[in-house]
Amino acid sequence: MPEPVLEAVNLTRAFGAVRAVDGVSFTLPKGGSLGIVGESGSGKTTTARIVVGLEQADDGQILVDGRPRTARVRGRAARLARAREVQMVFQDPFLSLDPRLSVEAVLRETLRLHFPGADHAPRIRQLLDQVGLGTRAADALPRRLSGGQRQRVAIARALAVEPAVLVLDEAVAALDVSVQAQILNLLADIREQTSIGYLFITHDLAVVGCVTDDVIVMRRGAVVEAGATAEVLNAPRHPYTRLLLASVPRPGWNPGRIAAERRAL
Amino acid sequence: MNVLDITDLRIILPGSARPVVDGVGLTVAAGETVALVGESGSGKTLTSRSVLGLLPPGARAEGSIRVAGDDVVTMDSARLRALRTSTAAMIFQDPRAAINPLRRIGDFLTEGVVSNKTLKRATATARASELLRAVGVDEGALRRYPGQVSGGMLQRVMIAAALMGDPALLLADEPTTALDVTTQAEVIALLTRLRERFGTGMLFVTHDLDLAAAISDRVYVMYAGRIAETGPATELFARPGHPYTAGLLASTPRLDAPGRRLTAIDGRPPDLRTALTGCPFAPRCPSSTEICGERAPLPTAAPGRPDHRFACHHGRRLAEGSPADA
Repeated sequence: MPEPVLEAVNLTRAFGAVRAVDGVSFTLPKGGSLGIVGESGSGKTTTARIVVGLEQADDGQILVDGRPRTARVRGRAARLARAREVQMVFQDPFLSLDPRLSVEAVLRETLRLHFPGADHAPRIRQLLDQVGLGTRAADALPRRLSGGQRQRVAIARALAVEPAVLVLDEAVAALDVSVQAQILNLLADIREQTSIGYLFITHDLAVVGCVTDDVIVMRRGAVVEAGATAEVLNAPRHPYTRLLLASVPRPGWNPGRIAAERRAL
Repeated sequence: MNVLDITDLRIILPGSARPVVDGVGLTVAAGETVALVGESGSGKTLTSRSVLGLLPPGARAEGSIRVAGDDVVTMDSARLRALRTSTAAMIFQDPRAAINPLRRIGDFLTEGVVSNKTLKRATATARASELLRAVGVDEGALRRYPGQVSGGMLQRVMIAAALMGDPALLLADEPTTALDVTTQAEVIALLTRLRERFGTGMLFVTHDLDLAAAISDRVYVMYAGRIAETGPATELFARPGHPYTAGLLASTPRLDAPGRRLTAIDGRPPDLRTALTGCPFAPRCPSSTEICGERAPLPTAAPGRPDHRFACHHGRRLAEGSPADA
């Protein structure tokens, strides 16, 4: 097994009396893809925000390439170095891009910040190409782009700094299925070409089956099941995982029985 | 009898080069659940909202929309108001956005029928508590504010509110999209039970093909404002006749085939600023030929299956092929 690029050890975060994240540990191997699934209130998003640094853990540790990812850093260089470790793609591409910056300007700004002095034009072309955006899209403002194209821009921006880990928080949830498939395939291609690791936060079990090697299932802040994705989806051990799987609509689906099981759990 | 009968509906928005909804026809019989499936911009939400006369400012509707026999397109505002409180009701996607947070749930439930003088206040309150019990919410919720209950609970309140006027037709616009999967199952179980008990016809608008397949009797698939395909749910998903339906099925991630690369539909739907010639799906379609760009296909029935229809020049060939493995 390749060495871990990201390790979370016993993360804990409470909001008042609510233990949003309660002793969560996981390991993401280099170039691997780990899914975190759960419903609202499971703590999956808080976990992701702790990994990125948007939220502080009360207790526990994040390691990137074996080095502790300190919660607060001093100085510009240290802050930028920290940003290059982990990048994030958010759910809503309509909200995560500056409406006044063209696609090219977004990428140029990021590159200038992290790699000052270099000629960025070739790298911008390479990034646009990597996420499947044409030169026409490069000059466009975000409002001229479709949802799928905006999410491609968000991915290109995250890739620009060559992060070790990409955290995707419900990154395909707001897209139509036909566009969602394009983005999922794109993410699979990028992982093949680079050695980037994915931390994929989602509520959608079928999406997890598509893009992850391993998965952890969270409920009420704690990990209830962890394992290889195929195993967890085919032979779930925890009753809550079984309930989640049974809840996915399919022909012959019996919502009445699921409702009864949910109340029993 | 049909509780909803839409024929040749066209909805025109100011500033667009083509109708947003273009020649849509669909029916819902009493006690039947019909799914209207499509992606964003397909016109599915506008179609369902037009049934209650809820169109955006400046929009114009042509054609006919009959709810329990009465044409909505020509109704004045007084009759529309009566229609919305009694004959037809809508369950919206986001209960937090659709329910006034500053008024008690009891007020929200009774307001419509009381102001319309259908029921006296006391009778309305009694009916509200009965319906709350039917949707599995404690009647103590009557005195609570929307902010004091969970999202799943509030969606049940919205369903109870929709049933207050004893409607013949329920319009559900993505009623479970904002909910967790296990909560979704509960809400769907509830809707199914209520339909059996009250005999209500339901038009279920959704982008989720699996959900549509699981709950509906019949399905309509919309693309660029037109009905691409319609038929019995099991038939349509097992043997799609329209390449768009087949494409949607192939691009949906499946639990029973994980890890497989998805077959995405390239490109994107036509935008409203361009007029359409020929089939709206042709530029993205793997089976398209010359005729597709020239002439819009008319709906044709699958051989031997008159209730399975699709608007595709090559549909017959597709539907006659082996069952889709998607």
